[in-house]
Amino acid sequence: MTTTPKTPRSRLDPDPVPRRDWLGLASLWTTGAALLFGLAGMLKLPKAAVLASPSKKFRVALPETLPAGEPFLPPGRAVAIFKDAEGAYAISTICTHLGCVVKPHAEGFECPCHGSRFAASGEVAKGPAPRPLPWLKVSLSGGVVTVDEGTEVPHGTKVAS
Amino acid sequence: MTPVASGPEKKDALQEFKNSLKAAPRHVLETAFRTGPPTTDRTRSTFVFGNVFLHLHAVRTHLWSLRWSATMGLGIMSVSAFLIALVTGVMLMFYYKPFPDAAYLSMKDIHFVVPTGRLIRNLHRWSANVMVIAVILHMARTFYTAAYRRPREYNWLIGIGLLVVTLGLSFTGYLLPWDQLAYWAITIGANIAQSPREVTDALNLTEHFDPGGLQRLLLLGSDQVGEEALIRFYLLHVMILPLAIAALMAVHFWRIRKDGGLVRPADADEQLARQRRDETYPVFTEAPVKTYHLAAIVRGRTANVGRGPENTVPSMPHLFYAELGVLMVTLLVCLALSLLSDAPLKELANPNVPENPAKAPWYFLGLQEMVSFSAFIGGIGVPVIVLLGLALIPYLDRETEGTGKWFGGPGGWPLVRLSLAFGLAAPILLEAFAIRFGWLREWFPHIPQLIVTAINPATILTAVYALYSLWSIRRYQSVRAGALALFTCFLCGFVVLTVIGTYFRGPNWEFYWSPADWPKH
Repeated sequence: MTTTPKTPRSRLDPDPVPRRDWLGLASLWTTGAALLFGLAGMLKLPKAAVLASPSKKFRVALPETLPAGEPFLPPGRAVAIFKDAEGAYAISTICTHLGCVVKPHAEGFECPCHGSRFAASGEVAKGPAPRPLPWLKVSLSGGVVTVDEGTEVPHGTKVAS
Repeated sequence: MTPVASGPEKKDALQEFKNSLKAAPRHVLETAFRTGPPTTDRTRSTFVFGNVFLHLHAVRTHLWSLRWSATMGLGIMSVSAFLIALVTGVMLMFYYKPFPDAAYLSMKDIHFVVPTGRLIRNLHRWSANVMVIAVILHMARTFYTAAYRRPREYNWLIGIGLLVVTLGLSFTGYLLPWDQLAYWAITIGANIAQSPREVTDALNLTEHFDPGGLQRLLLLGSDQVGEEALIRFYLLHVMILPLAIAALMAVHFWRIRKDGGLVRPADADEQLARQRRDETYPVFTEAPVKTYHLAAIVRGRTANVGRGPENTVPSMPHLFYAELGVLMVTLLVCLALSLLSDAPLKELANPNVPENPAKAPWYFLGLQEMVSFSAFIGGIGVPVIVLLGLALIPYLDRETEGTGKWFGGPGGWPLVRLSLAFGLAAPILLEAFAIRFGWLREWFPHIPQLIVTAINPATILTAVYALYSLWSIRRYQSVRAGALALFTCFLCGFVVLTVIGTYFRGPNWEFYWSPADWPKH
């Protein structure tokens, strides 16, 4: 083991970091880094990669006679399906305000939770809802309509069979 | 081996064993409470600091802190309600099953089948309500006596944290029964978490930046309220939030001691000295009956005769018995309410048919009233502004006048009285206007959403309150006056909106003078 000859240090030079200080700082910083890294990993956990929710698509047979402007409400789904001369269309009945299920009536829809009103086309007529009710993608074959609740389409999109 | 020396000092080992066995209970007690029964001031002190639970308190308590008007026992009442909720909550966990439908059936079991189940559930529900009320009143007491000032600023912040966790515990508990009330309250709550979309949608940002959607997803663990949401709320309710509140409470209590006990006015000692306390209780059992100082030649007794140093009394028993008394009163109140009124349990949750009206627990109905104008402003914007404002109070009010006095500081009670009138009138007038004439969207159907978000009764009320507070600062040339004005207004706004949401909103969130006028279906 060779030793380098000691060069005289100026008293203005900073002290070299002593070994104990270095070990102490190293443990502090590695603990901090490990905690941060672990926390970042833990924060990823609650956000599932695949959501446990039922399929957004469903098929349902329309009644034989469905007057224009009269909603058909498939059981268990928050969707209103309409059919008129131009074709079939589906409007989501989940209020865009806070997610309550709106009720169709003669002039449109009304929300029981905070009083939002929507026109028959889904446009907001009154109340706190920030957006119109979305129209959903439908396809029609014979009397059976397939609705995709996950896909919005522009208002006024009607599908003829 | 030396023969056993027989002498009078050597006893029979078997006899000694019997004696030790007989003395064992006494020895256990002596080792648990090492300094013996608290009969002298010295052992009263050691009784407190030798006990891990009691030593959060100081060994001596200032007489001012024991006055009814100093605290009204509200802090201890909050803890008492929490303890009742803790014990009854653990009892409920014996039978509760956190899974949709099974949860509802287990609630029915607890309510109708389990022995004492109904009482335990009622106690849990009522103690939670009492805790919310006590925490809010405790905050008001702390504010109005200016107790948040130096050196207690940080403890005020911890207190705000405790308020938030208390409300969080109440809200997460609300979903667990899985009835209609629970399901739709949580649907609304989760969508409030998502409401930043109201702004990001309007700015066409949602695709790239969607904090609202993320919040909702983290809360529900799914894109709808279902089993994932139930288990998350259960986890928050029985584990995460109780741990958080326990940690915050420990800091809160420890800080009281480290900050020099409860707040008292600067002249508390003089005020106490003016009162004759001889007829009350012995405040210092070993107090000097005679003291000497330079004024001994003067007739009469010196100031220290018959009272302890700095007007303090031993915490054991004076403070602890008072605290036990508050615990008993709280328990009595909760028990009486539980026997009088059952916790509600509606029909099984039905994701297709909302309750009409769907109402949150009463302490959130003020928020729900604001939410009925704009989800983002009512559910996130205004609450965040209020919490920030409350948190900043001790750091903006650096004055010293009136600390420890009710409504102390410039302005005082006349300002609070004026603020009460203003704080009540402003939301009533605004609501009356909005109920009678509607709001922007009714007048201009195609108005952009951002304008409705920015200008609605909730934001106007906030702005009006803020302006009134600024005016009070200028009028009295004091930040404390502004704080008195703002806090009073905040309490008034909370009360008015909560009352409107609770009693005057019916189906479709329409205004009704009384529930008797609600349309029958």
